[in-house]
Amino acid sequence: MRHTLDTRVSPYAYVAPFFLLFAAFGLFPLAYTAWVSLHEWTLLDEEQTFVGMRNYGTLLADDYFWNATFNTLSIGILSTAPQLVLAIWLAHLLNRRLRFQTLFRVSLLVPNVTSVVAVVVIFSQLFGRDFGLINWVLSWFGVGQIDWAAGTATSHLALSVMIMWRWTGYNALIFLAAMQAVPRELYEAATLDGASNLKQLVRITVPMIRPTIIFVVIVSTIGAMQVIAEPLLFGTSSGGGGGLVTGGPDRQFQTLALYVYEHGFTKFDFGYASAASWVMFLFVVVVAGINYLVTRRVKGGVI
Amino acid sequence: MKLRYLTLTAVAFFSAFPLYYSVVVASRHNSALAQVPPPLLPGGNFFANVARVFDTVPFGLALLNSFIVAGSISIAVMFFSTLAGFAFAKLRFRGKNIMLVITVATMMVPAQLGIIPLYMLMIKLEWTGTNYALIVPALVNAFGVFFMTQYLSRALPTELLEAGRVDGCTTWGLFWHVVLPAARPAAAVLGMLTFMSAWNDYFWPLVVLTPDNPTVQVALSTLASGYVNDYVLGLAGTAVGTLPLVIVFALFGKQIIGGIMQGAVKG
Repeated sequence: MRHTLDTRVSPYAYVAPFFLLFAAFGLFPLAYTAWVSLHEWTLLDEEQTFVGMRNYGTLLADDYFWNATFNTLSIGILSTAPQLVLAIWLAHLLNRRLRFQTLFRVSLLVPNVTSVVAVVVIFSQLFGRDFGLINWVLSWFGVGQIDWAAGTATSHLALSVMIMWRWTGYNALIFLAAMQAVPRELYEAATLDGASNLKQLVRITVPMIRPTIIFVVIVSTIGAMQVIAEPLLFGTSSGGGGGLVTGGPDRQFQTLALYVYEHGFTKFDFGYASAASWVMFLFVVVVAGINYLVTRRVKGGVI
Repeated sequence: MKLRYLTLTAVAFFSAFPLYYSVVVASRHNSALAQVPPPLLPGGNFFANVARVFDTVPFGLALLNSFIVAGSISIAVMFFSTLAGFAFAKLRFRGKNIMLVITVATMMVPAQLGIIPLYMLMIKLEWTGTNYALIVPALVNAFGVFFMTQYLSRALPTELLEAGRVDGCTTWGLFWHVVLPAARPAAAVLGMLTFMSAWNDYFWPLVVLTPDNPTVQVALSTLASGYVNDYVLGLAGTAVGTLPLVIVFALFGKQIIGGIMQGAVKG
């Protein structure tokens, strides 16, 4: 009798910690965001007034919100699209018998082990206007001093480089893991038929690892939509001025998450910031959904 | 063939160079940065700059906090993930498959978007400014559970568990005497991955901690946002703050990479 109770209850008890913790610190806050967003709700006020959809109305009329939306999408595309192509290509290069295999893999992952703070501090120095190494190298080719943090396009480019540097190698390893499961015979047959290396990549590898590509695209999209640490730190350590949270003096690289942070944690306007969070959540779902459909179709066309 | 090695070497160079260059800058004086061409070799000022880091922010406390937080989270994640992984991989119970699917699906939830209520919750619990706010929400995560489920269903022979049952082990006894020892290799990798990501976590600690009781990453961002743009100071801090991870990674890089690739296979 005791034994059956043990075998019946134990499994639930063992998986319970995860579900309880996720419910308390993951799901509940996310759902509660919707409730908070319907109120005039600040850190200091004791009373919260129900205001219906008013926060959403103010939000959608705010140019800064749409500016942040544009920046998020722009940085997202600039950092994710080339990154995934590069990662697949690198994985393809590594997916052979290779000398120094471990050394190459380790070096690919080094950027990912570096903290985001370190990455932005280092790259802010590299992208410095006056004494940055990148401007110095560019000057060999007759390019004048670029004030990377100042412009919209240049700051997006600099931030994308930081994001790519940190994540390309990691994603390459994920792709490599999937590629190793592709049967060797397919490549051998293709080589016999005289298919080039590139052709094998496009015709065999990519279709065979499609589930992994979809997975990585979705995860990267969700990550890119929530980018915050990079613009937040770039704003402070690039010396561009304009404070921490605005993403540069002209808000040229303020992302959506940073917009939420500005209202939630410097103005402590929880209701308004929650409304922004919730709209952002919808954007994440929509963009991830679109990318899911696109990835499925594009790869389907290749076969 | 040559092109392959050339490309990979170039990639390895670009992966390593920013870190190398940060050490170069961190070991110089600020005035050296204004030189043309910029310095490309380390100078002799490293330890003086590191001393300045400790003078500017409470960096000793930050290191201690980061060790406590990342250490506790790693141990807890290893334990709870192995426990749940055992249940999902080897025990039979109603609703198991759907619960495993839900677990994996939660990895896709953009939890950062719930950060405001989470912060309000921490105020209610009076955990703001303390390490509890960092540790408790991170005690177990979906990745860890899934990772250990994968490993145990592959590496733990069911016969071993049946033999334990015959000997009269309770489920807990099986977990303690059979599963935990068998899970050790994968749990170690999971522990290292968890330690690294907890050590590097920035945004949530920034929100919930104060600059006078920071983690390493929060202290680094304080350094980097000084009134004067003191790159040397910021990068000296970065070098010290990154060192523990570089050591872990240098020693166990192969296993860590193996772990990441194992965890990814399901796609």
